[in-house]
Amino acid sequence: MRSVTLEVNGKKVTKTIEDHLLLSSFIREQLNLTGTHVGCDTSQCGACVVHVDGKSVKSCALLAADINGSAVTTIEGLSTNGTLHPMQAAFKKHHGLQCGFCTPGMIMSSVDLLNNNKNPSDAEIREWLEGNICRCTGYQNIVAAVKEAAQNL
Amino acid sequence: MASSMIGSRVERTEDKKFITGKGRYTADITLHGQTYAFFIRSPHARAKIKKVDISKALAAPGVVTILTGQDIIKDKIGGLIAGWKIVSKDGTDMKLPAHPPLAHDQVNYVGDHVAVVIAESLEEARNAAELVNVDYKVLTAVVNTASAMTSEAIYEGIDKNLCFDWELGDKAKTEEAFAKADRIVHLKLNNNRLVPNAMEPRASIGEYNSSTDDLTLYTTSQNPHLTRLVISAFNGVHPEHKFRVVAPDVGGGFGSKIYPYAEDVVIAYAAKKIGRPVKWVCERTDSFLSDCHGRDHVTEAELAVRKDGIVTGLRVNTIANLGGYGSLFATVTPTYLYAPLIVGLYNIPAAYCNVKAVFTNTAPVDAYRGAGRPEATYLIERIMDQAANEMGMDRAEFRKKNFITAFPHQQCLVHNIDSGDYHAHFNKALELADYKGFEKRKADSAAKGKLRGIGFSTYIEACGIAPSSVVMSIGAGVGLWESAEVRFNATGNISVFTGAHSHGQGHATTFAQIVADKLGVPMANIDLVHGDTDKGPFGMGTYGSRSLAVGGSAISKACDKIIDKGKRVAAHMLESTPEQIDFKDGEFIVRNSNKKKTIGEIAFACYLPGTYGEVKSPLPAGVEPGLKETAFYDPINFSFPSGSHVCEVEIDQDTGVTKVVKYSCVDDFGTLINPMIVEGQVHGGLAQGIGQALYENAYYDETGQLVTASYMDYAMPRADHFPEFKIEYTCTPATSNPLGVKGCGEAGAIASPPAVMNAVIDAIGTDISMPATSEKVWQALRTKVKSAKKAA
Repeated sequence: MRSVTLEVNGKKVTKTIEDHLLLSSFIREQLNLTGTHVGCDTSQCGACVVHVDGKSVKSCALLAADINGSAVTTIEGLSTNGTLHPMQAAFKKHHGLQCGFCTPGMIMSSVDLLNNNKNPSDAEIREWLEGNICRCTGYQNIVAAVKEAAQNL
Repeated sequence: MASSMIGSRVERTEDKKFITGKGRYTADITLHGQTYAFFIRSPHARAKIKKVDISKALAAPGVVTILTGQDIIKDKIGGLIAGWKIVSKDGTDMKLPAHPPLAHDQVNYVGDHVAVVIAESLEEARNAAELVNVDYKVLTAVVNTASAMTSEAIYEGIDKNLCFDWELGDKAKTEEAFAKADRIVHLKLNNNRLVPNAMEPRASIGEYNSSTDDLTLYTTSQNPHLTRLVISAFNGVHPEHKFRVVAPDVGGGFGSKIYPYAEDVVIAYAAKKIGRPVKWVCERTDSFLSDCHGRDHVTEAELAVRKDGIVTGLRVNTIANLGGYGSLFATVTPTYLYAPLIVGLYNIPAAYCNVKAVFTNTAPVDAYRGAGRPEATYLIERIMDQAANEMGMDRAEFRKKNFITAFPHQQCLVHNIDSGDYHAHFNKALELADYKGFEKRKADSAAKGKLRGIGFSTYIEACGIAPSSVVMSIGAGVGLWESAEVRFNATGNISVFTGAHSHGQGHATTFAQIVADKLGVPMANIDLVHGDTDKGPFGMGTYGSRSLAVGGSAISKACDKIIDKGKRVAAHMLESTPEQIDFKDGEFIVRNSNKKKTIGEIAFACYLPGTYGEVKSPLPAGVEPGLKETAFYDPINFSFPSGSHVCEVEIDQDTGVTKVVKYSCVDDFGTLINPMIVEGQVHGGLAQGIGQALYENAYYDETGQLVTASYMDYAMPRADHFPEFKIEYTCTPATSNPLGVKGCGEAGAIASPPAVMNAVIDAIGTDISMPATSEKVWQALRTKVKSAKKAA
């Protein structure tokens, strides 16, 4: 057990946790932020993507204890004062989600893409999202949403 | 605004919770005092259970209880059921093994349920599970679909591992067609086994209140009412009226969440037994092992063709793998959902289909997106290509020669197809795909050293399942109607209850569009409620592209009843007669006058029927207060979506990597309510169908171990596997429901596998089975080169 302090969605939280607690479990179970989803056991599906210190990571592939002192943004922390982030708005406008399960990870990953590449091509978007599996949308409307968000950011 | 709602690309009202992380899936629910369940599963494909020793595990920290097959027997918990009785061609009923929710004497696939450990934490449950000692006597597993009938019998009393040997069609007439044929085309096909892989793993939470005797099960279901019915009536866990099943936000289903699983039964039973909430969330590998799989057919087909290219007969023999047990819809999927559609949208006068369904020591196989129709379409579209190629005819022209052109059309097998225009969508698809320009593109690819192929696929589905009288006469254990309740609240807004369930399909939006259109009420004032057996009327759930055609029609009917009652009330209030009242855009108007009442005023009046002072009751004598109507809709026929898809692939000869470079489709789904949502359904279906054709395969080794049991091993399609799909529509409205809709959820998965495979075969010039992985394509190209050299 050890004490870990993180800034999650702008708020400081300190918890005493098991050394082996995954960041995804920390977020879901200790903080009750259930927007971060767990869709596989092998860090393949990307439903659990959050930002740690501004970079997208699969939260099932990190130990919470290993990122002591970091700033974490989850899907719940993306909109500000009730205004949707342009990526969220674009997913809605372009029907970039169906069942919604992969969506939080997909959005968090896409936001990081635009942090790295302000005007990605279709091929670049598709390649970046290789680590996020969606079974519903066939990805086409997700690509459209990311392109629109790139214009609006 | 009213009539513009149909066909309008309304943004989804359900999206906001999902994009902000406020969705509430079963795994997100935490109940006070909940315990955690971990299932012990068989590591063997086939074994006798000699002994289950739980003594050490029971003493482990945090363990609340451990339940085994012996508890199931002691507490008389019934087995899982197959809900559709198939009768073999010799008149005998299908044969099914017992399917207890926890096995007690024999396990029949890797992942089969042996025991459940319930503890204060998941970690403690998992640790204790390590201490459960199961003594197995391992038996030889039967794994292969084609040889299952000649392998050792898995179950006593089920000869040749044969569930049924069923047939459809006029055998004699078909033989005659073949005797007269100018050419007989032969084809052998495998339809590869798939894992549905909804992104949300299955989960269940049971909660029991011993003082009220209320049992609640939160579960990942496409079908909460049927889950309640089955667990109540067949598993005998709890009486239906004291049992509530809630399917909250559900993260995709694709068929795999239609039916209650062993875990649902055990979690409900365990919660009741220990008097505390029990939570279980499946891990992905366990999903691979224990979710029902899809497809898995081995087929031999023959086509009888006249020398002018007219097809005169089709003869099909299929072996369908059911896996270790008969799952809920397992028996109807390779029979009535498959065989009637083997003739596709062609006017083939004689056809015969024999299906032998076999048990093997693999995960149960059940309905997966398309369920039977992808298998039928794959077979007819592959053999149509084969026939055209053998006869040296253009594959597009060969198809056109054989299309059904007059409607209604009575097929030679089962269906009476009400509407369609197959030439219209085929011609439009050829244009959209620029078929004329293909040779040029092929030459361009060749210049880059790549092979390019084009493939066509046309399809017809039977959706909107289904007319109860028809399906029950052919073995269904339930009718397949749908229910709806439209409830005006006194303040004029509306709660709509549906028996269908949305897990990505966007019902909250599409169904609200129907109500907004019918009743002239703004979308914002309409709320759709589903997924809770305590709220809406009993419904049959979502599968088989049925929700809109059947569930939407029930809503439409309930709206008609609201309008009917509204006319009577309006007539009374406006001192007219119901016959003189017109209803349009949310207003009841006395014909040829300016006297009117809005539907909101009528709703308000219905809830305030009293007489006070000078105010007379707004309700005519004999009319009940309130404004709420329920409707059950039982369709008069299936609906028949159809379409034409064209795929182009480019193949790297050095690596065998196949890339879909162009995909064009034109579908006829009848009337579209929300084209944006329809497109999304098509995109998703295409991704799954292309996944089947090129990437996905559930592979068991000869001992029955599932080799592809994670996303490291099972090739899920990713964003960079696809080009931008081109989608257009034609429209011939369905005549079997008041909305004119046909269903769109499965089309992409049905049409695309043969379109892709026909393109791959066109490119490489040799037969290849699904999935056409880079290794297989590379091997096929090498074999071709070698045999060409040999011949030289």
